[in-house]
Amino acid sequence: METVRTGRVWKFGDRISTDFMMPGHRVLANPGLSVDEAAKFCMEANRPGWAEAEVQAGDILVARINFGCGSSRNGSQSLKALGIAVVLAESVSRIHLRNAVNTGLPTLVAPGITDFVEEGQKLEVNIITGEIKNLETGATLMAEAWGEGTPPYEILMAGGLDAYMKAKLKERGLVAS
Amino acid sequence: MGMTIAEKILAAHAGADTVVPGQYLWCKVDATSGHRLRDLEALGVDRVWDPARVFHVDDHQAPPPTVAAANQVKDMRRLIKKYEIKNFFEYGRGGILHQVFAENGMYAPGDLVAQCDSHSTAGGVFNACVTNANLDAVHVLAFGELWFRVPGSVRVVLNGTLPAWCVGKDVILKVAADLGTDYGLCKSLEYVGPVASQMSLAQRWTVSNMGVEVGAKFALFEADEKTDAFLAGRVDRPYEHVTADPDASYEAEYEFDLSDLTPMVARPGDPGNGVPVESVVAERVKVDQAFLGSCTNARLEDLEVAARIVKGRKVHPDVRMLVSPSSQEVFGEALRAGYLETLLEAGALVEHSTCGPCYGGHLGVLGDNETCISSSNRNFKGRMGSPLANIWLSSPATVAASAIAGEIVDPREYL
Repeated sequence: METVRTGRVWKFGDRISTDFMMPGHRVLANPGLSVDEAAKFCMEANRPGWAEAEVQAGDILVARINFGCGSSRNGSQSLKALGIAVVLAESVSRIHLRNAVNTGLPTLVAPGITDFVEEGQKLEVNIITGEIKNLETGATLMAEAWGEGTPPYEILMAGGLDAYMKAKLKERGLVAS
Repeated sequence: MGMTIAEKILAAHAGADTVVPGQYLWCKVDATSGHRLRDLEALGVDRVWDPARVFHVDDHQAPPPTVAAANQVKDMRRLIKKYEIKNFFEYGRGGILHQVFAENGMYAPGDLVAQCDSHSTAGGVFNACVTNANLDAVHVLAFGELWFRVPGSVRVVLNGTLPAWCVGKDVILKVAADLGTDYGLCKSLEYVGPVASQMSLAQRWTVSNMGVEVGAKFALFEADEKTDAFLAGRVDRPYEHVTADPDASYEAEYEFDLSDLTPMVARPGDPGNGVPVESVVAERVKVDQAFLGSCTNARLEDLEVAARIVKGRKVHPDVRMLVSPSSQEVFGEALRAGYLETLLEAGALVEHSTCGPCYGGHLGVLGDNETCISSSNRNFKGRMGSPLANIWLSSPATVAASAIAGEIVDPREYL
């Protein structure tokens, strides 16, 4: 897992729900959609055109409070498919945070991030230590790091739940090694 | 140091004498849902840790609206057989999972359950730590274990006497309006006080159900004779009520005096946008759809109050009123009690039990610029279909009264 990531920032507001990231009438109602097709509808209701034409691989998403509130649908799957490298938010909903860890999309709680960066600026983020550098202002900010050895740290470092599960199943003899 | 309800339950499931907020634990989990069986199969695992503790119902695509959904549902039935899942509820014998699983004895006081669907906090009404696991429900299916970070606990003290025509939905809309929809972020909420005792189990259930709308990991009530009465005949294993120690430590405590509460509505956009409905009436908000359904508010007493309001009246000509009981068991009870007939005579469309309209899936999706008054849980932009639609949240009484009036009204005038 690439631990230092640099990217251009997109800023979003308070309480960006998973309904915004994965609209029910577009995605849940159409279970045949591929991950990439579903991602095209990400933020359609609150920022039309963003997923289709604006966001680029390696970009960083910055949001305010309670990012990913609402449903348990995996918004991180769409964000990752759009190439988002890191998500930084004032606070993140519990369900969304677990989905992000399990999807292997580094998502950090970063109090103060709203005033720390403007849209379009570049950030460098160390996803292990939580250190964030604003490459235009030179300022730094600390996000809450996952403690080394904690379950979410282990899962994220494995690259997500799937890889973590495969290793654990072998270790416990539940699948052929 | 004493422990809160969540701390006691998590400690018991981690084999620890005591736990503190912020601590990471691997816990034994008592039950989960079957949503991630396909992931389990993809990982090459040929059994679940305990087939008797896996529950499943297809509630979001009930029944499937498209070929793709039908194929998904068909494959789930194959997996149910392959993994010998006993507690599977076919269309007609199921409904919405939070209701169906409870009716079939999945939750008891002291349990720790991690299952799919965000509204799993609903199970907190049974004095059990029930919460969402989404992707990592597959970890429970494989090992019967899941990691938890011990949450800080928050006490919400509901004082006073709840006035007639105010129910659990009005309480949670009031609490969310005052404290915001983030006050419970990752926390374990404990609802206590005279109004917590006064509320029926169904009303408390609404409050726990909307725990996730205020960010909570768990949304707990203490257990009492109302809890036991519901569980009798459904849960056949012994259980004990879990109470917090007198010296338990809380991150925050909020007190509400609810004696002067009036019926609430949440304006479109966020469940925390609650205001007294009487302050909205003058706006003459025209309603296109009135939805009485979802895991939040479609239990028997919700249907009863709606039937009482519409009896002898007609749903407004410009309104479609959709009624979807929270389970097929509730559907049958409401049918036998005559509530559904009354709703039918008033011109409501009585649907089977489904999640469909609430998440904008099917059976009641909103079009551009339409307005819906809903007894469900979320009014986010685009939640029920078009991003241009407006969703107002309220109690079942307010939904029913507004369906009659054709605009959002105070249900107290429709006694």
